[in-house]
Amino acid sequence: MKKILIWGGVVLLLLILGFGLIQSQQGQIGRGELAPDFELKSFSGETYRLSDFRGSVVVVNFWASWCDSCKPEAKDLEAAHKYYQPRGDVLFLGVDYVDTEPEALAYLDEFQITYPNGPDLRTKISQAFRIRGVPETFIIDQNGVIVHVQIGPFRSLEDILSIIDPLL
Amino acid sequence: MIKQPKRILTLLTSVLILVALFPGSAVAQGSDPTDDDVNAIAKQLYCPVCENIPLDACGTTACEQWRGIIRDKLREGWTEDQIKAYFVDQYGDRVLAEPPRSGFNWVVYIVPLLVFVGGIILLYFAFQRWRTAEPEESSRKGVKRAADSRNSTDEYISRVEEELRKRSKG
Repeated sequence: MKKILIWGGVVLLLLILGFGLIQSQQGQIGRGELAPDFELKSFSGETYRLSDFRGSVVVVNFWASWCDSCKPEAKDLEAAHKYYQPRGDVLFLGVDYVDTEPEALAYLDEFQITYPNGPDLRTKISQAFRIRGVPETFIIDQNGVIVHVQIGPFRSLEDILSIIDPLL
Repeated sequence: MIKQPKRILTLLTSVLILVALFPGSAVAQGSDPTDDDVNAIAKQLYCPVCENIPLDACGTTACEQWRGIIRDKLREGWTEDQIKAYFVDQYGDRVLAEPPRSGFNWVVYIVPLLVFVGGIILLYFAFQRWRTAEPEESSRKGVKRAADSRNSTDEYISRVEEELRKRSKG
């Protein structure tokens, strides 16, 4: 009985440690994987659920106002949004990671970003996508599958268009 | 002797009045919180961007913004618990230095305790086994030693006797 208890405890401990290790070692969500569904409440109060946009290409951009390397791509993302807006089948969503609202709103204002943006409440979305930092952008096709993962900023508007155009 | 309880009562009343006048770390609404007020709360929080650095010691822009929020909330008269709850709502449980005692988080509190108690139980049984094993072994050793010395004495005596016998013949 004593031995069973001891071994049971050791196995339980190892299971917990193993579970933690697997979680921490899990890499990033990659190309070809189904994008995790999420709900984003924008700063202006609308709610966006990823699964509601099946049939459209969705660009999910993680950013933060304190992130210097997010700034160079901010204008290009807005320009890409404006470029595809008349078609209506490409949605841009900005997920504001670990940020404070006044600074985030000032950032959106500075770069005149008009597509929906909202805070990553309780960091649920960033954890679901297992991001390692910002900026990171996931381009999701009409079937909800991730077709491109951009680590770091896009270099130009053409860079963004060259990834989205073949999907349309 | 009778004066002493009165003195204690006066002291207790003064302490209670003081406590009522300065309720913990909450800052009166409208007053400007000091850096110490901000850091008292900040040191209990961790920003997910800079892992393992408490908010009061972190120098990144994100952490500066967070400390700014703490200052604003204190200025608005929020309590420490309200501010911590706000950060948890915004950024999740992992911002807390101490995970809340609920759900799976209990593992963090229970496992070390179980390991500690298990260790003590193991040590107790190990010491007990050593204590019972030691006298047995030493008595076994003692018997062996006595038998050895008896054998060597016997051998010696027989040699002496033989020597004596040889000399008496000679």
